[in-house]
Amino acid sequence: MAALMVLAIAVLLHGFMSGDRGLSQRAKLVGQLGLTDLALFTEARYTRHPSQADLHSAFQDHPMSFDHFPTGSLIAAPLQNFNTRAASSTDEAKK
Amino acid sequence: MIKIENVNKVFNEDQQNRVQALQDISLQIETGQTTVLKGPSGSGKTTLLTLIGCLARPTSGRIFLNGEMVSSLPEKFLTEIRRKTFGFVFQRFNLLRGLSALENVMLPAYPLGRDHAGLRKDALRLLADMDIAAKADMNVENLSGGEAQRVAIARALMNDPDFVIADEPTANLDTRLTGEFLKIVEKLRDQGKSVIMTSHDPRIWQADVVDRVVSMEDGRICADEVLKK
Amino acid sequence: MKNYLSRQRYLMDFTLHSMLRRKVKNLVLFVVYFMVIFILASVMLFGQAVREEAAALLKNAPEATVQQIKMGRHDLVNKELIAPLNDIRGVKKAEGRLWGYYFDPVNQANYTLMVPSADDKQHQIKPGQSIIGPGVAANRELIRDKFLLLLPPVGPLMKLDVIDHLDPQSALVSADLVLLSEPDFRAFFRLPADVYTDIGLTIRNEREIATIVNKITSKFLGTRVVTRSDILRTYESIFTWREGLLLALLGASIFAFVIFVFDKASGLSAEERREIGILKAIGWETGDVLAMKFWEGGLISAGAFLLGLVLAYLHVFFFQAGLLEPVLTGWSVIYPDFHLAPHIDILQITTLAFFTVVPYTAATIVPIWRAAVTDPDSVMR
Repeated sequence: MAALMVLAIAVLLHGFMSGDRGLSQRAKLVGQLGLTDLALFTEARYTRHPSQADLHSAFQDHPMSFDHFPTGSLIAAPLQNFNTRAASSTDEAKK
Repeated sequence: MIKIENVNKVFNEDQQNRVQALQDISLQIETGQTTVLKGPSGSGKTTLLTLIGCLARPTSGRIFLNGEMVSSLPEKFLTEIRRKTFGFVFQRFNLLRGLSALENVMLPAYPLGRDHAGLRKDALRLLADMDIAAKADMNVENLSGGEAQRVAIARALMNDPDFVIADEPTANLDTRLTGEFLKIVEKLRDQGKSVIMTSHDPRIWQADVVDRVVSMEDGRICADEVLKK
Repeated sequence: MKNYLSRQRYLMDFTLHSMLRRKVKNLVLFVVYFMVIFILASVMLFGQAVREEAAALLKNAPEATVQQIKMGRHDLVNKELIAPLNDIRGVKKAEGRLWGYYFDPVNQANYTLMVPSADDKQHQIKPGQSIIGPGVAANRELIRDKFLLLLPPVGPLMKLDVIDHLDPQSALVSADLVLLSEPDFRAFFRLPADVYTDIGLTIRNEREIATIVNKITSKFLGTRVVTRSDILRTYESIFTWREGLLLALLGASIFAFVIFVFDKASGLSAEERREIGILKAIGWETGDVLAMKFWEGGLISAGAFLLGLVLAYLHVFFFQAGLLEPVLTGWSVIYPDFHLAPHIDILQITTLAFFTVVPYTAATIVPIWRAAVTDPDSVMR
């Protein structure tokens, strides 16, 4: 029990003190290449670049629908897909 | 001194299998004596013993311990009285399996939170008194019947009670072990403890150490003889 | 106070002993309990770490990208759009970007082909050259003797020199990247010279982003602007719904676990019931019995919790969440071999503790309460 406590504390300390594990490397590359997304899932364009996907390409039938790639269920539909058109149409209506 | 007044005990009241275990019992047990409750099984002697030992409360009637009425106290207070006043030796000894003899003896004192070294010392002394110190670290399920009983008696004495209550102490013992048990009872009496036990064993109620034999039948006291020695 | 503490110590001591007496039962309980914690904690730690990582990384993403949308679909952006965007006040620089997807039918893998910006001094690529990401490099089928062979949709095989690899540490963002020169890119995809994939905007003042976005969408119809905060929001919600889904599925197993606990820990066996009777008969109070059982529940659940947490931490941050991998990798051929920067969210851990340790302890105590308040004379029968 005591050993477990020590382990848990060690883990906490490790969590708070460990280095960035190449985080700065990655961040630099993101800046250099102007990357916009994580390369977590490469099988479809809307999972490779969810933030850049066009309005319904990510979730072809409905923004909330599941699609047939398993990763389609791992990532949520980009939030901006729900707002931009509505936002711009109201802007246009104001003019 | 324990005084019992017009005590009734009914099990399964208001049900079809209602049992009147004790009927209108009145009895006074003096301190420093060895009392035996004798009678056939089903006569109510064990029930009476549980009432005396504050393990249960009577359905009606009153029980006084040293002048204080205990029969109406809530369970919390009964526990404390039990711990301070009574030590129990159960028929099947009721030692906790998987624990050593020493741990079993120390068990009743855990809630008191005494210092560990003193507690251990007392427990070892009690085991030595019972001539069983050599088996202190042995798990209780490996002890023989006679040894287990001595551990049970040592446990009963752990919190230095005034009364030692034993239910059919010799039911599982042969003649030699019964003799040794009676020697222990004698020792307890010499230490000023009152011993109350149930038994239907003639070797017990004929023993020299017994001061008084209360006979029971069908939940009533049918005879009460004080043995003059 | 001292008395109270030593009393609790005795009870704890006794509890440990009596737990050792029922080794198998307690071990099974412990293992099941610890597995539940381990899985939950792994999912939570992993999800949280990915989100933190994304937030830290994508702070460097372009402030905004402008896309052309045609018939609800992503379309190529015409070069003519760049100049007027550059003229918008507050826009430091608008630059056409070229990137696209390529599905390699031979390896059944997807790559992201990309032309590095002209400003990117570190990744200057001449025609016929390429720099590849770690995921591409790791796929030995793809790379033969420093050459990368790509089969374009039309035309002959394209052979590129691999002049460099991207740092393996950057796999999380670059695993599937193939950087190549603009002429090669246009030739490969047969792209006209006057179009780009989208336009990256560098905006000087962050507070002006919203105004600029509004200006662009109203002035240039058919464009869509994805801002950096949109991207960050996308990644804030990444995994949250799968995490929710997983937790919902786990909900069933947690429920089963609760039933199991109820049966094992609280459904008192005759033996335990007798023991409680004995303890009460020899002078233990109901409170003592409950305290003992509390310690029993507490020791098991605290132990399982700590062990589960520690192992989940090791699993996620040292073994790259190997057990979650089948769920995460999906259909990809290339997936990043990444080491997340460890991140611990105290609130999350507290929540996990609250929803596991507390119900367990409660579930063990309640039925024992019922046993503990019964008259102790049962031991005499």
